[in-house]
Amino acid sequence: MSALPLEGLIVLEFSQYLSGPSAGLRLADLGARVIKIERPGTGDAGRKLSIKDLWVDENSLLFHTINRNKESFTANLKDEEDLGHVKKLIGKADVLIHNFRPGVMEKTGLGYPQAGAINPRLIYAAISGYGTTGPWKDKPGQDLLLQAMTGLVYTTGNGGQPPVPFGIAVADILCGAQLVQGILAALVRRHKRGTGALIEISLMESLLDFQFELLTTYYTNRKQPVRSAANYGHPLLSAPYGIYATADGHLAIAMMDLPTLAEAIDCPELLAFPPDQAFAERDAIKNTLAGHLKNGASRQWLEKLQLRGLWAMEIYDWEQMTRHDAYKALQMEQEVKLGHQLFTTTRCPIRIDGERLYSDRPAPQQGQHTREIYDHLIND
Amino acid sequence: MTSTMTLLEDIIVVDFSQFLSGPSASLRLADMGARVIKIEKPGTGDICRQLYVSDVMIEGESTIFHAINRNKESYAADLKDPEDLEKIRQLLAKADVMLHNFRPGVMERIGLDYAAVRKINPQLVYAEINGYGTEGPWKDLPGQDLLLQAVSGLVWLSNNGNEGPTPMGVAVVDIMAGTHVAQGILASLYRRAITGEGAWVQVSMLESILDFQFEVLTCYYNDGRQLPERSHVNSGHAYIAAPYGIYETQQGYMALSMGSILSLATLLQCPPLEQFTESGEWFSRRDEIKAILAAHLKTNTAAHWLSLLEKAGYWCAPVYNYDELVQQEGYQVLNMEIVVKTTNGLSVTTTRCPLRVDGHLLASRKGAPMLGEHNTALEREFGLVNAMA
Repeated sequence: MSALPLEGLIVLEFSQYLSGPSAGLRLADLGARVIKIERPGTGDAGRKLSIKDLWVDENSLLFHTINRNKESFTANLKDEEDLGHVKKLIGKADVLIHNFRPGVMEKTGLGYPQAGAINPRLIYAAISGYGTTGPWKDKPGQDLLLQAMTGLVYTTGNGGQPPVPFGIAVADILCGAQLVQGILAALVRRHKRGTGALIEISLMESLLDFQFELLTTYYTNRKQPVRSAANYGHPLLSAPYGIYATADGHLAIAMMDLPTLAEAIDCPELLAFPPDQAFAERDAIKNTLAGHLKNGASRQWLEKLQLRGLWAMEIYDWEQMTRHDAYKALQMEQEVKLGHQLFTTTRCPIRIDGERLYSDRPAPQQGQHTREIYDHLIND
Repeated sequence: MTSTMTLLEDIIVVDFSQFLSGPSASLRLADMGARVIKIEKPGTGDICRQLYVSDVMIEGESTIFHAINRNKESYAADLKDPEDLEKIRQLLAKADVMLHNFRPGVMERIGLDYAAVRKINPQLVYAEINGYGTEGPWKDLPGQDLLLQAVSGLVWLSNNGNEGPTPMGVAVVDIMAGTHVAQGILASLYRRAITGEGAWVQVSMLESILDFQFEVLTCYYNDGRQLPERSHVNSGHAYIAAPYGIYETQQGYMALSMGSILSLATLLQCPPLEQFTESGEWFSRRDEIKAILAAHLKTNTAAHWLSLLEKAGYWCAPVYNYDELVQQEGYQVLNMEIVVKTTNGLSVTTTRCPLRVDGHLLASRKGAPMLGEHNTALEREFGLVNAMA
């Protein structure tokens, strides 16, 4: 590969926690120079947010995971002199990302009209929780709250269960990823037309987009999606789609022809269900199948299913997965160096020109690059 | 400052992909202004046309096909037929992006792998999605969403600890892989604009769903490889302390995210919570705390509790299903619903692209194409001719 795709681009990240910073991380891995603009003292509040009380230095492992491969510039946006420096930086930047609540950047004097006046070629990218208008605009944009309000929690688990959230910050991650798409497309336009852009997205719109299959179906029939009563799966999908316990573990079984399945695993009881009833009779079919599969070992079933090209896999936890050659072949792990310390994290999932993208550059200490950035980008 | 030109005007995407992962990527490119031409097998087309998914159909095709493939054109071509293949090569010579999600080896056999296509069009951005990478023992296995959730450990993150491994009820792997391939395509289009070079972009569903878990996997890599433990009570996130989760009330459910247990004790007037004075206990004793909270919250309505908490700025929310959601003003002001029309005059209500550009919604009205709908027009426009004749 000749050069990383975004080499030479400067991104200013006025963002905290996950949504904005995950976008900055992807742009950094694709070659951009990402500078976090952090307030004196606390900086990105994510620095002090840990999971399992894991710390790399004064900063949490979580912060290091999300902010590797970036620089940090400290500035107090309420201080005139600092603000002047930041405005000069904006003049040199290609992209600005923020995830403040609506109105905060405008009050600081760094809203799109102001920033765009400084640098008409700037791609200004803003994340909000719920959009910039309407009754929810000032509500906290926290992942679980968005899952709760968008109906997402009614897609997972079994029908008899209460609403079940996704155990990953899915709104933050999708929103950051989609913002990256908008930024990159705007950079393509800028190269042709020389114009900057305002790219806006909200966590709410991201999670609605995520459910576009379910929502389009809902708009068509105005019926709530119904989770199957057993074996989980997907509200829109017919039997046998779901997870099944076996004598020694679990299997995932995706969409497939019922008579073929019945034959493959020698379960004639399944033939009692007409294939065109695979959705209407989903719970009964799944119960029948579950009763059959618990009597044999996962490996034994899997061989029979895969022999016929049927879509099934074993369930692994991370220990089983990371031991598997299929996982090792990906070379998904990378080490990040922080002084004499090392920690392991995942790399960028995109390969360019046949090459995996690695970076062992750690997250910055707060303000670590302030001096250098001042000398080379502000006071040059 | 801004231009009325769409972001990806003049970009032509030739899309061989089926189902969801690839087509969701090209949908996003179409929304941002690219022209997407689906290459489909004569007769059946994208298998998604027939794949239902519930029992809801629109004109004999699944609702989801219409959701995923709006704003695209369709060119029917048999890639095993030399004449059709020649026309496809002619089209690729004029394209900016090519996308496929065949299993490894399929495009090599057809003669449309990157090395071959690069000779036709060195500036092309060639993108592919596969299931498990191009190497390793799983490379030929079907890359299907649930199966990827199963092998990637994802199913151990949602639901309560006493429940079985639980998949996410949305095709999250397909969608993440589509998102990542779109990122790779767009970054490469930017590089091409600067340097004139084409690119080869590869994404696997497995790498995408590992990336999706990057925060918690990094924790696992560095905590002595301890497996995640889901909370047994009102589980929200395996790695987050109480009260994080969804709670039943006398009327309706509510969500509580991160916050102080002592504040909750005061705000909800729940004295049994006062004993948890050490914030470390909010994680180590979260099941105990959540059980107390769950019992307490059942004594009044969600509306009541939320009014107490919201006044104090505590992070909480009501739980809505779709019927409730679409009635909310906060949903309606987003104008998330769009109506698209097919050539047959059929109207389909679906969601728009979540991005806004220069203050405008990206809301194309163009519906999904009929199979082969644009063959004649495309052959004329691009001068696709049967070179064998």
